[in-house]
Amino acid sequence: MPIIDKRAANLLVWLLLVTAPYWFVGVGGYVELGSRILIYALAAMALNFLLGYTGVLSFGHAAYFGLGGYGTAMVLKFLYPSTPLAMLAGIVVGTVAAAIIGPLIVRLRGVYFAMCTIAFGQVFYFIAFQWSSVTGGDDGLSAWQRQPINLGFTTFDILHDNKAFYYFVLAVFALCVGAMAFLLRSPFGRTLLAIRENERRARFLGIPVDRHIWMSWVVSCFFVSVAGCLYALLSDFIDPRAIRWDQSGNFVIMAVLGGMRSFWGPLIGAAIFLVLQDYISSHTENWMSFVGLFFVLIVLFFPRGVLGLIQRKSAS
Amino acid sequence: MSLLKVENVTKRFGELVAVNNVSMTVEPGELRAVIGPNGAGKTTFFNIISGFLTQTSGRIIFDGEDISNQLPARRVWRGIARTFQITEVFPELTTRENLRIAVEVASGYRLKTRLSGDAEGEIKARVTDLLDMSGLIEKADRPVGELSHGDQRATEIMMALALKPRLLLLDEPTAGMGDQETYDITQLIRKLHKDQKLSIVLIEHDMRVVFHLADRIMVLAEGTMLAEGTPQEIARNEAVQEAYLGKAA
Repeated sequence: MPIIDKRAANLLVWLLLVTAPYWFVGVGGYVELGSRILIYALAAMALNFLLGYTGVLSFGHAAYFGLGGYGTAMVLKFLYPSTPLAMLAGIVVGTVAAAIIGPLIVRLRGVYFAMCTIAFGQVFYFIAFQWSSVTGGDDGLSAWQRQPINLGFTTFDILHDNKAFYYFVLAVFALCVGAMAFLLRSPFGRTLLAIRENERRARFLGIPVDRHIWMSWVVSCFFVSVAGCLYALLSDFIDPRAIRWDQSGNFVIMAVLGGMRSFWGPLIGAAIFLVLQDYISSHTENWMSFVGLFFVLIVLFFPRGVLGLIQRKSAS
Repeated sequence: MSLLKVENVTKRFGELVAVNNVSMTVEPGELRAVIGPNGAGKTTFFNIISGFLTQTSGRIIFDGEDISNQLPARRVWRGIARTFQITEVFPELTTRENLRIAVEVASGYRLKTRLSGDAEGEIKARVTDLLDMSGLIEKADRPVGELSHGDQRATEIMMALALKPRLLLLDEPTAGMGDQETYDITQLIRKLHKDQKLSIVLIEHDMRVVFHLADRIMVLAEGTMLAEGTPQEIARNEAVQEAYLGKAA
């Protein structure tokens, strides 16, 4: 695709996101759904840093998403009423956990890697589920609130104003997505592409493959824990379902649905997934059957996802 | 000092002895061919030198340093680059991108998140050089996976060359190629050897290529070394004729 088209596409995406609170309501959405789409999109794009750009499938990203969320919730509930501080704590907890678990799994490949990420993910799920005195157990952590952000000269009231919260999420999303794009365009990012394309060749170019996969894993988990922090802030609530393996599966579905070889694919995937969920679940409890059917059809007929399909059409 | 010394290397896979007590010395600037019938252990021997497999016993000395137990990436950093029998490239990336990654890694930029303008310029110039040298410049912006077998092979050789190796290992560089492609690749290897004084070890089945290129030839059969010498010596060697050349004729 010519560069000009890519720039135009990027511009269009940002334009749509910035104006979303105004047009999204007009087409039947609501601001909170917009925030949720951005948060899940960030998680799916973070997963895709590893899946689409390093060629490594994780089925346990919900663990670091959940750790980010619990870290944020616990600081706000028990320690100190500051949103940035709480987020910082959540991000540190999620990223450090990933950095420690990483060396144990980066030598594995394919389905073995995926299985081990599920296993570690479920460890965190059961901790959150069982350790009721700290985590609230099955009921989760509630009765706390995100705090308005004090910028010194003015206060950004993300607590009472849904639109302000949307723009707060969008700002964090933009920083994270920009950072990921920056990394992917760098020499380091190209070593990840090399590993995805042909691990043997990468190794015999002198790339220490396991170490680079570890780095990609940590970067990916860092951004997924940022998404987890925002997720907890969204409804002032977190429970063990945020960590469970099916949540990890949702991230994978979003990335593959939208197109894991395209940068914006997971954003499209998250939007489709959540809008379908929101719409269908108001008619039937069995919404996942419909999302699942849609997913199967996309994978069967358009293995490069929705965005892959659009790109191919515009190229021909 | 010899560039590469392989000392009494043996590799067992269970009961099978794929490489049996083989030694080889390669001098700087030499082009060495390793030949032998199918299943002679040539590729296993290569895999041990490059670190893809670990030997059961024996030692590998590269430029005076024992590299017997080093990981592949470390051996690449020391200056050993290789290609594979089945071409290994980055199929969805363009030729230019393939070479660019190799050049960046070779320049020590693999962990860099941004490049200075100077570094960027140097890398681009080096990639263009490599494209020129290989005659791939016109196909530089197409995904390598779409190119012909010969062009993919040339790309792989140029990627290995981008690492500025002191020793280049080529595993059957002309395998599966037509006459024209074989000729082109042979000319390319010859150019690297003669013009750049690059030390090369290659495995090859095509005897025209071997006798055209090699300074010295080592013959493997059933995992053991049958003979070693100049092309003339090997052509006259009776044991070799019987075990290998005789069968082919």
